Amino acid sequence: MSLTLLNVIFAVVVAIAFAAANAAYLVWAERRGAARIQRRPGPNINGPFGLLQPPLDGIKLMAKQLIIPGGADKVLFIGAPVLAMYPAIMSFVTIPFSDSIVAHNINVGILMIFAFASTGSMSLIFAGWSSRNKYSMMSAVRAVSQSVAYEIPMLITTITVVMIAGSMDLMEIVHQQSSSILHWNIFPLLGKSHNILMPASFLIFFICTLAETNRAPFDLGEAESELVAGFHTEYGSMGFGLFFMGEYANIVIGSCMTTILFLGGWSCPFGLFPGVWWFLLKLYLLIATFIWIRWTFPRTTIYGLLNLSWKILIPLSLVNLLLTAGLIKVF
Amino acid sequence: MSTELALSAITLIGIAALVPILMAMTAFLGPRSRGKVKNEAYESGIGSIIGAVDQKFSVKFYLLAILFLIFDIETVFMFPWAVSLRELGWFGFIEMVVFMLLLLTGLIYILKKGVLNWR
Repeated sequence: MSLTLLNVIFAVVVAIAFAAANAAYLVWAERRGAARIQRRPGPNINGPFGLLQPPLDGIKLMAKQLIIPGGADKVLFIGAPVLAMYPAIMSFVTIPFSDSIVAHNINVGILMIFAFASTGSMSLIFAGWSSRNKYSMMSAVRAVSQSVAYEIPMLITTITVVMIAGSMDLMEIVHQQSSSILHWNIFPLLGKSHNILMPASFLIFFICTLAETNRAPFDLGEAESELVAGFHTEYGSMGFGLFFMGEYANIVIGSCMTTILFLGGWSCPFGLFPGVWWFLLKLYLLIATFIWIRWTFPRTTIYGLLNLSWKILIPLSLVNLLLTAGLIKVF
Repeated sequence: MSTELALSAITLIGIAALVPILMAMTAFLGPRSRGKVKNEAYESGIGSIIGAVDQKFSVKFYLLAILFLIFDIETVFMFPWAVSLRELGWFGFIEMVVFMLLLLTGLIYILKKGVLNWR
């Protein structure tokens, strides 16, 4: 696919619009879902089913003052929300939604997305440190140690997929799974290497996605009952808005990656009519699962969280990787 | 190839340039009053106890950061190996198994030393 300047502008606009629209309406979906689970109505006044709530919230946030606390580091304080938002949007550039809908497919797409994803924890520590508030600082320390701990099992399980596909090209990985539902990487029977360990990889990857996006039951970074609101305690106005949008954009990215790596991307379960709608269907089903999990499970402790990663997930994913490599070599 | 690289760089720079506009808009649209008391960080009306950023936190977090560096570099080594696993033959496989077993032993040693035993 050749790139022209027109394509570039189109890609920039679509990436930002897609990320922003998704973030806005996922907040709505989350609030409605939470309300449904807790047996209350949720936002239902503004527009049909409360559908006008997100744009109104956006306007309201924009019309508020961004208070910079005295003693805060101004540059980092303003820079942190921006830094929370932009890696998520940039990752959309490489994500293939279908055979033709991709801004710029590169052959090391996985590497690029993980590179951007790990930039995200920078914004947490900037926000926590610069706002000069002990709760923010504690939260930053927690959130960074959490995202750092879960990045390793996530990368290692991704490596099992890379090993099976023999490529880091996201399009290539999807093409290898496109024959039928049984060829998807999550299913162990018919895929490229008949690997029986892929369901384990999928589970580890999914847990890590939950933790990386700071979602309950792993939302220790912004545990309201202990740390006020975590690293964005001191943020109001659009600073808070960008953190929120960044969080939801990260959820979309995580679900996109799960869809591509394990659920066959835009391929249809029966091998017919592949297309972007399959991708979106899988994507939003995964996001619904995220919301469902958030409002079902109670929050863990920070100790339990770090122990789960370092004592269980990392050894497990390493062993999983070794066995997968062995199986590929033997067969 | 080089024009493609330049154009994809422009894509990323374009996104990086557009996001701060959202932050700039709130500065134009929102009110701009300020004052010493208004800008203070506070907790339930008590101003002075909350601003302590230089408080101490558990040294374990530093250890975790160092551990992360080791394992992250390990995964960086593994990515190119994983892509070409099929072409490498048994020698390449065994080399990496030795490397990973060493790291796994390291992890077990760390756990036995009690780095992750909190309190």
